[in-house]
Amino acid sequence: MLYTIALYASLAVFAVGLLYRASNWFRWRVGPEAAGISSSARISAAAKGIISTIFSARIGTVVKVFVLDVLLQLWLLKKDFIRWLAHICIYGGFMLLLLMHGLDKIVTSVVFDDYYSTLNPFMFLRDFFGLVLLVGLGIALYRRFLLKAPRPKNTAMDYYASAVLCVIMISGFLLGATKILSHLRYQEMVEEYAGLGEEEAEDLRALEAYWVQDFGVVSADVKGPFDEKTLDQGKELHEMSCASCHSRPQWAFISYPASRVLEPMALLMDRADVPIGLWYLHFLACFFGLAYLPFSKFFHIFSTPLYLLVDGVMDEAKSDPANMATRQALQIDACTHCGDCTVRCSVAVAFDEIANPNILPSEKLAALRALLAGKKLSQKKLARIQEGSHICTDCHRCTEVCPIGIDLEKAWLELNERLAQRGYPKPEAWARETMGAEFDLAHLKEKPISLTPVDKAFASALVGSGQARTFSVCFGCQTCTNVCPVVGNYENPKAVLGLLPHEIMHCLALKQKALAIGSNMLWDCVTCYMCQEHCPQGVRVTDVLYELKNLALKHIKNRAA
Amino acid sequence: MKLAIFLGCNIPIRLKQYETASRAVLEKLGVTLVDIPEFNCCGYPLRNIDSKAFVLSSARNLALSERENLNLAVLCKCGYGTFRMAQYLMKENPPLREEVNSILAKEGLKYEGEVQVNHLLSVLFNDVGIDTIKEKVIRPYEQLKIATHYGCHALRPSQIVQFDDPVAPSLFDQLVELTGAESVDWSTKLECCGAPLLGTNDELSVDFTEKKLTDARSAGAHYLTTGCVFCQMQFDTIQKRMATNGGTNHQVPSILYPQLLGLCMGLDKEVLGLDNNEIDISGVQDFLAAEPHLQSVQYSGA
Repeated sequence: MLYTIALYASLAVFAVGLLYRASNWFRWRVGPEAAGISSSARISAAAKGIISTIFSARIGTVVKVFVLDVLLQLWLLKKDFIRWLAHICIYGGFMLLLLMHGLDKIVTSVVFDDYYSTLNPFMFLRDFFGLVLLVGLGIALYRRFLLKAPRPKNTAMDYYASAVLCVIMISGFLLGATKILSHLRYQEMVEEYAGLGEEEAEDLRALEAYWVQDFGVVSADVKGPFDEKTLDQGKELHEMSCASCHSRPQWAFISYPASRVLEPMALLMDRADVPIGLWYLHFLACFFGLAYLPFSKFFHIFSTPLYLLVDGVMDEAKSDPANMATRQALQIDACTHCGDCTVRCSVAVAFDEIANPNILPSEKLAALRALLAGKKLSQKKLARIQEGSHICTDCHRCTEVCPIGIDLEKAWLELNERLAQRGYPKPEAWARETMGAEFDLAHLKEKPISLTPVDKAFASALVGSGQARTFSVCFGCQTCTNVCPVVGNYENPKAVLGLLPHEIMHCLALKQKALAIGSNMLWDCVTCYMCQEHCPQGVRVTDVLYELKNLALKHIKNRAA
Repeated sequence: MKLAIFLGCNIPIRLKQYETASRAVLEKLGVTLVDIPEFNCCGYPLRNIDSKAFVLSSARNLALSERENLNLAVLCKCGYGTFRMAQYLMKENPPLREEVNSILAKEGLKYEGEVQVNHLLSVLFNDVGIDTIKEKVIRPYEQLKIATHYGCHALRPSQIVQFDDPVAPSLFDQLVELTGAESVDWSTKLECCGAPLLGTNDELSVDFTEKKLTDARSAGAHYLTTGCVFCQMQFDTIQKRMATNGGTNHQVPSILYPQLLGLCMGLDKEVLGLDNNEIDISGVQDFLAAEPHLQSVQYSGA
């Protein structure tokens, strides 16, 4: 009952989740090319595209991509043998277990008339596929969690995904082991298949003796050593009633050794219904995994192959723009969160100083998904994404290294565009637009400036340029302002720039943080170092301006928080 | 001589010709270049945002270079200035260096302060030498007038970057003149190209470029020459954009110095990526001496 309810419930969640995720591919608009193409136009273009592909020579390409890239994953093999091995083991083991064992009633028993899960080769293969999966999982977990790249790229999602898979695997093997040991299970089988009644007690005892001796069952009252004759009799009965659908459990080469370890506790476990508990755990974990799949990183078992196929047959120059738009959206979902982009990222090192995961491409993609889905995000969150998204040198390394070939450059352009639409543009431009207004520099002359309280923290914050110690040597000669080419560019520089360089130096002496960081001059400074080079007093004017920009950006970041 | 070549983020995708031309020229001059694939951002783009992140990013590259026991050859002036600044800041402020090193230690790296940071032009001038380069010039330019653009971040702050005299520099002019070209006098020679403001204040950025192009033109220059990624992109990509957007067409294309040098050394124009510039610079070949220079032929035969 619980099994059926859980099965259908998880199937329903799985189906709805799958539809929801797939619908994103027709709803998300990535890139200016996607604007103005409706979802329905994209769906019908996709349908047309699929049909025309099936009935054209391109179907050959589809088959080729499916075999080489999807089934054999040669692209990964070319990149890294160990990773390919891990991945092919996980995915191969998983698919084979799913088809042969998980879907045995639908697949295996239809293909093979004589299928019994307890019969070889199926009994052996179940453990073998499980072992393959475990080997792959072991390599992957070792690489991901122990051979950590310098910067974190494991999210909660990766932990959940690995945990669910581990629970399924471990409960499966333990279930196998406890079933081998279980006397209750043995009795059920005898009642069902042996056709021996109460009156044939001697036969029953002989059969049980044989199973205890050779099949690992632990019985409360039938214990060895047994004499030759009983065992022969048991063997005869076994061959008559059991052998046709039950191979020797030793073939389950993982569950059987596990059962030997658990042997001392066999009777206790049987009494406590441990096999049944494990069975619940096993199928509930499977169903949980099924329901969670569309929302987890495992979704890539659908999205990534699909993207590889689509990418294989589409041609940027010739394909329908509606299909190109869909392909762009599908790309975003094709990410397997492998983290290669983050390892190769040119600015990932900044993460060690500015602990914002949105700097890292593998994590930034999640932010883009949230924005594409039109999710409501807090100001703080948006400001974090804005900061991370603009700490990018646009070097294309992430795109070059992506094993799937996702055009991440395009993704980041879209992310910046979406952020700007929500009022979070490039931080420097944002600061330039908003800081002057915040500190009301335009009306500076209308009221006296209060020199108290003195912001001591402000002066000591300027450590990098050493100016906390030396700005007081400024004697107000205005050389910095006079040599500044930005100042020289304007008829009335104060109207455009707020404060001029020498005035900003004065603000430092007077510890007027608001005036100093509110000036447009900071954002219009071309950093040509003319001022600093020519200062007769050695004030590091340009470096001070750099530090003030740092402070101003921190200010707007905190303002959002 | 063996140096680690630092390309930075832009060259591999936007200015490939700068890399191929520099490699070809340096190879011809006997300089061996080593690539360090783990190099990251030089730190320049982080300076506005977070000083410590900038120093950390710089220091990681410096430490990688030290691990290979190599000095650096940086192609970009902004990258060069940034590395020099990071070195200076860590020297001036030992606790900062310790902090940076404690982060680098997670990757088994350490910045000792040993590595010497050079710019491509300073390698050519100081390490290879004018005379050695001259020997390789087989077809010098005739009648070619070049506006030599120094680039702010290599020149200033001079105490820290130590590239050349900040007021009357001559290093780049001498490098230009050894090709036979004339390095013209122009008043905004040492000023900013406008690139740092691109994306923050485009109008002001273009004002600077406009001024420099007008000045170079009126000084009679046929071409600008640069040794910096950002300056080159400003004078090439942005100049072209300015002209197509209805602005004045100044017709002073910019040629990267190793392209200029490479041609008169007889290097292949494909390798120098002459066709990769946004604005056509193929006309520069018309200024090359018709016959290979006699003296140089003797040298190349020797």
